[in-house]
Amino acid sequence: MKLVVPDMSLVVLVGTSGSGKSTFAHRHFAPTQVLSSDHYRGVVSDDENDQAATKDAFEVLHFVAGKRLAAGRITVVDATNVQREARAGLVALARAHDVLPVAIVLDLPEAVCLERNASRPDRDFGPHVVRRQHADLRKSLRHLQKEGFRRVHVLSAQSDVDAAKIVVEPLLNDRRQDTGPFDVIGDVHGCRAELEELLTELGYALVRDAEGRAVDAAHPGGRRAAFVGDLVDRGPDTPGVLRLVMGMVEAGHALAVCGNHEQKLVRALRGKKVTVAHGLAESLAQLSAEPAEFRARVERFCYDLVSHLVLDGGDLVLAHAGLPERYHGRASGRVRSFALYGDTTGETDEYGLPVRYPWANEYRGSATVLYGHTPVPEAEWVNGTMCLDTGAVFGGKLTALRYPEREVVSVAAHEVWYAPVRPLVAPQAPVAREPGVLSLTDVAGKRVVATAEHGRITVGAEHAAAALEVMSRFAVDPRWLLHLPPTMSPVATSRREDVLEHPDEAFEAYRSAGVGEVLCEEKHMGSRAIVLVCRDEAAAAARFGAEGVGAVHTRTGRPFFGPELTAQLLGRVRDAVTAAGLWEELDSDWLLLDAELLPWSAKADGLLRERYAAVGAAAGAALPAAVRALTAASERGADVADLLARTTSRLANAAAFDRAYGRYRWDTDGLTGVRLAPFQLLAASGATFSRRDHGWHLALADRLREADEELFATTRRLLVTTGDEASTGAGVAWWEELTAAGGEGMVVKPMANLLRGKRGPVQPGLKVRGREYLRIVYGPDYTEPANLARLRQRAVGAKRSLALREYALGLEGLERAARGEPLWRVHECAFAVLALESEPVDPRL
Amino acid sequence: MLLTITTTHRPATDLGFLLHKHPAKVQPFRVASGTAHVFYPRADERECTAALLLEVDPIGLVRGRRDDAFTLGQYVNDRPYTAGSLLAVALGAVFRTAMNGRCDGHQELADSAIPLRVHLPALPCGGGPELLRRLFAPLGWHVAARPVPLSAAVPEWGDSRCCDVELTGELRLSDALRHLYVLLPVADDAKHYWVEQQEVDKLLRAGEGWLAAHPERELITSRYLKRTSVLVRSALSRLAEGDDPAEGELDDALVPPRISLAEQRRQAVLTVLRELGARRVLDLGCGAGALLRDLLADPSFTHVLGVDVSAGALAAAHARLGLDRAPDRVRERISLRQSALTYTDPSLAGHDAAVLMEVVEHVEPDRLPALERAVFEVAAPGAVVVTTPNAEHNVLFETLPAGQMRHTDHRFEWTRAQFARWADGVAARHGLRVRYLPIGPEDPVHGPPTQMAVFTPEETR
Repeated sequence: MKLVVPDMSLVVLVGTSGSGKSTFAHRHFAPTQVLSSDHYRGVVSDDENDQAATKDAFEVLHFVAGKRLAAGRITVVDATNVQREARAGLVALARAHDVLPVAIVLDLPEAVCLERNASRPDRDFGPHVVRRQHADLRKSLRHLQKEGFRRVHVLSAQSDVDAAKIVVEPLLNDRRQDTGPFDVIGDVHGCRAELEELLTELGYALVRDAEGRAVDAAHPGGRRAAFVGDLVDRGPDTPGVLRLVMGMVEAGHALAVCGNHEQKLVRALRGKKVTVAHGLAESLAQLSAEPAEFRARVERFCYDLVSHLVLDGGDLVLAHAGLPERYHGRASGRVRSFALYGDTTGETDEYGLPVRYPWANEYRGSATVLYGHTPVPEAEWVNGTMCLDTGAVFGGKLTALRYPEREVVSVAAHEVWYAPVRPLVAPQAPVAREPGVLSLTDVAGKRVVATAEHGRITVGAEHAAAALEVMSRFAVDPRWLLHLPPTMSPVATSRREDVLEHPDEAFEAYRSAGVGEVLCEEKHMGSRAIVLVCRDEAAAAARFGAEGVGAVHTRTGRPFFGPELTAQLLGRVRDAVTAAGLWEELDSDWLLLDAELLPWSAKADGLLRERYAAVGAAAGAALPAAVRALTAASERGADVADLLARTTSRLANAAAFDRAYGRYRWDTDGLTGVRLAPFQLLAASGATFSRRDHGWHLALADRLREADEELFATTRRLLVTTGDEASTGAGVAWWEELTAAGGEGMVVKPMANLLRGKRGPVQPGLKVRGREYLRIVYGPDYTEPANLARLRQRAVGAKRSLALREYALGLEGLERAARGEPLWRVHECAFAVLALESEPVDPRL
Repeated sequence: MLLTITTTHRPATDLGFLLHKHPAKVQPFRVASGTAHVFYPRADERECTAALLLEVDPIGLVRGRRDDAFTLGQYVNDRPYTAGSLLAVALGAVFRTAMNGRCDGHQELADSAIPLRVHLPALPCGGGPELLRRLFAPLGWHVAARPVPLSAAVPEWGDSRCCDVELTGELRLSDALRHLYVLLPVADDAKHYWVEQQEVDKLLRAGEGWLAAHPERELITSRYLKRTSVLVRSALSRLAEGDDPAEGELDDALVPPRISLAEQRRQAVLTVLRELGARRVLDLGCGAGALLRDLLADPSFTHVLGVDVSAGALAAAHARLGLDRAPDRVRERISLRQSALTYTDPSLAGHDAAVLMEVVEHVEPDRLPALERAVFEVAAPGAVVVTTPNAEHNVLFETLPAGQMRHTDHRFEWTRAQFARWADGVAARHGLRVRYLPIGPEDPVHGPPTQMAVFTPEETR
């Protein structure tokens, strides 16, 4: 005997004590699926039979059941449930989670139950208890369906119980195994000619009957059409549309969900009393000219339409009026109602039409949701959802989205078939698209970000809290903030005793990671800068919805300059991009550049003055006096030779320190004196460039420099073959030359750019900093042998792990930005990088 | 890191007896921050100079320490060069006996004033030569202090915090050492260690005989004890025991008698909230909770939610309000939450009134639309009270240089007209009524120091 149980349902066992519910549950369900009242009595009171604990036990049981149902897990409640009130709570729980309640009744003879109880010493209650339960059960049987149980299975004999077999049936909306590809088509509303044209445009071959009417359409590539509902009403040929779509669905060439108009048409065809308005009259008139069997077919087809479909492993959801994530794959009256009619705010607009609740603005789900219902002038992405109703029947267009390609295909309406109550194109901004709005829940608390290159990356709540403050107080507008650059690890500490860092370790690290060619890039003496530049204000407004042409920000998202200077700088960058012809070449009207902005003092003048100069000044005042005093003592014959030597050495260190930080400042006036050294193109419309080699990136940078030599600085570079000693020797010599002249050092990167090793991505770069430069990191006297010996003990491991996680987050954010994903998805990655930066990792690495 | 003491007392080499350090020797002493060396650059009949050179271990200073308040966390640090608390501690350790004024065999000399010259080539002092004079001159020192420029290469950077200081005077050596022991960290206004009750005892011991009468005793006490108010009060009252001042005098010395602008601002906001009949109040940007405390004091505010973007500020508010120890009836009226006004936060909805007291001026102008949306559309309280500085009034602040804003984090300060332009726009966009109220003494030309806007629904008053 097959007992069908819908997937994701709440299964309520009903039966008296001793009817064998626990045994039944144990046989047919996994132990974690079964929530037994006895068990929870034990959990709260240490005694499974303590009736005084019943109330608390059920509260816990309901709580756990709620968590399981919220997660979409089938759940079985093993309790007597013979009383209506007990069942009512469970039905309400199922409804609250939009799953179906199912009852399985074990209606065994009273004598059997009594006998079983008698054999169990812990069931010491009298036979009257079972008798009363049995009476309650008998009374309940007729009402179960009415109480809301979608299916009721009654087993009245032990033989039925023994023969029972549970069959879990997927819900009608569950088509996850169906992966497409699909062409999802918006509201047709009886526009048959436009539909035929659109299908042809999409590559379908129409099949016509003897009378020349389209009855099917098939795609040679096996693609299938998917209709988001509202095939009928208002338009010139509802029967023609239905004939074509029903033919496609029956032949397996199309899927369809129900629209509110189909729902109402069914009721009208069944003779129910409905208000004939909103174009229903046209459908009824047109259908009345069709034979009765056609009308019956239409009625059955429309009645059988499901309210929403979950496709492609859960990645694609179709519903006529859209669907919030919590309803995906669920079944309840309100899920159906939302899918058909959407949610309204309760207000009406100036045309007397209900104001739709903008659920898509709040949508944060991972599935793409495609829908129609509310005509919009253009199909646009809003947080991973798209409305495909572009008002074909109102003279707009009929639109389809190719999935998974995400390509919009439209054909224009042949004429205005039906006058809209509300103008299709409103006088001002037509759709309240609000891409710039981020919610606190997009960033706060512990978060896990899934990245393509490095798996799931966790951000702790306390780090997110720290980042929230920095982000909200200091960062540029999030619409401009596509990317925060990852931190970079230094090389392993050098084996040489007189330096902390040396190129040998970088070459060796990449050689052992199997990287043959590395590019050494000069490390500029400036600050990391991310430059987002748009072709013009119109392009910026269209893509980013913000005023201006872009942003120039630091590695923590702060703007470098005030609005005027930023605009000037962006103007120069934009002109250089234009002159280099990159807009056309990259087919994008925005670019995101990774660069170094010089001098460091442009950002950090205060830091240079307050930290570095203050130290230099104090050393410059104290040490000469100390040397003088020691020299005088020495001349008196005091034994201060060692102390004098050390102090004299420190005096020299202090002078070297002054020279080291002094190189990081020069006077700037407006943009005069400011240099920008781009070294990587991060993203553009529809593209990222992390797999282009660094030669390609630097060649682009060189072209910008050719266009504006005053602003752009070149990045000196040297290609090194890690397995060739002559080549690595040349690399070392080059680094020595750079750093001897006071340079900061170099960054060694895999020439090929993004590379994957055995365990995720290879470090994207290792910095090798110069001996003199490191004075401003480790202090003037770090080079003293006694100090250097201790500083060599440094933990680079944590920094490396951090660098890789931030790198993967950065790449993920760039991919999302290039794909045009919703702001919160892009922001999530940038925010996570900032949050990881608050992890306690030695800031000197 | 260097201190020299010179005397021209004859015979000058007696300085060696007073300091208990032989002029012919070079002696190293281990101290917590490194090694202190005592040596004599000059020691003859006419003049004798003792030098204390503290060799700070710059790596040891950073490793194994977790004190963010002080700049020890950085290897790039002026501590190894300056004469601050590290040197004072070394001084106290190396010259302990001399500081106590004991000198067996030369007690008479120890008890007499002798000509002294103290050289501190790098004494950090935020107040510059002027403060050094205020600190040392009342004790009988002549102060010659020359600020050290930050950088010879960049003269426009001006002076550093350090001064090259020479103190001359006729004093007992023990007094001189105790002056230095107390006043070096006071001038620096930083200590490398945590202060606790025993620090009060140290201060009173070293300050015996001179601190109680010092005109800057409050400043010295407060800075020496790192402004730990409990300790400062304890020290000041023990200092005062000698001359027995009236209770009120001490309190007045600590609390300015007039009502501060911040206090007037809070009172103005509370008055408006009471007029509005608000019961559930949202304090957006509550900081360390000054307004929250006032709100809790009035039971008509039944539900108070304090919100700030800074987790640190919320922790401070939690501590300041004593929420861990507060009775349940108080605790259930208040909650504190981190949130940011540039993100929408639906959980802020459902309040009668929201207060943004001195908050908007900390938000970049181009982020104000995000704040407007978060507050007026998403949190959407019944009424909104906004206060912000009135920029016109700034010319009346004597200590505020022209064109400068009142706080370094202010992104703008609005005139009354600019504030009204923003607030009128907000009101129009959200169908609200807005009225403007002054806070603080109103100048006939420049208006009040603080301005307030109260947004209410159109239909009510």
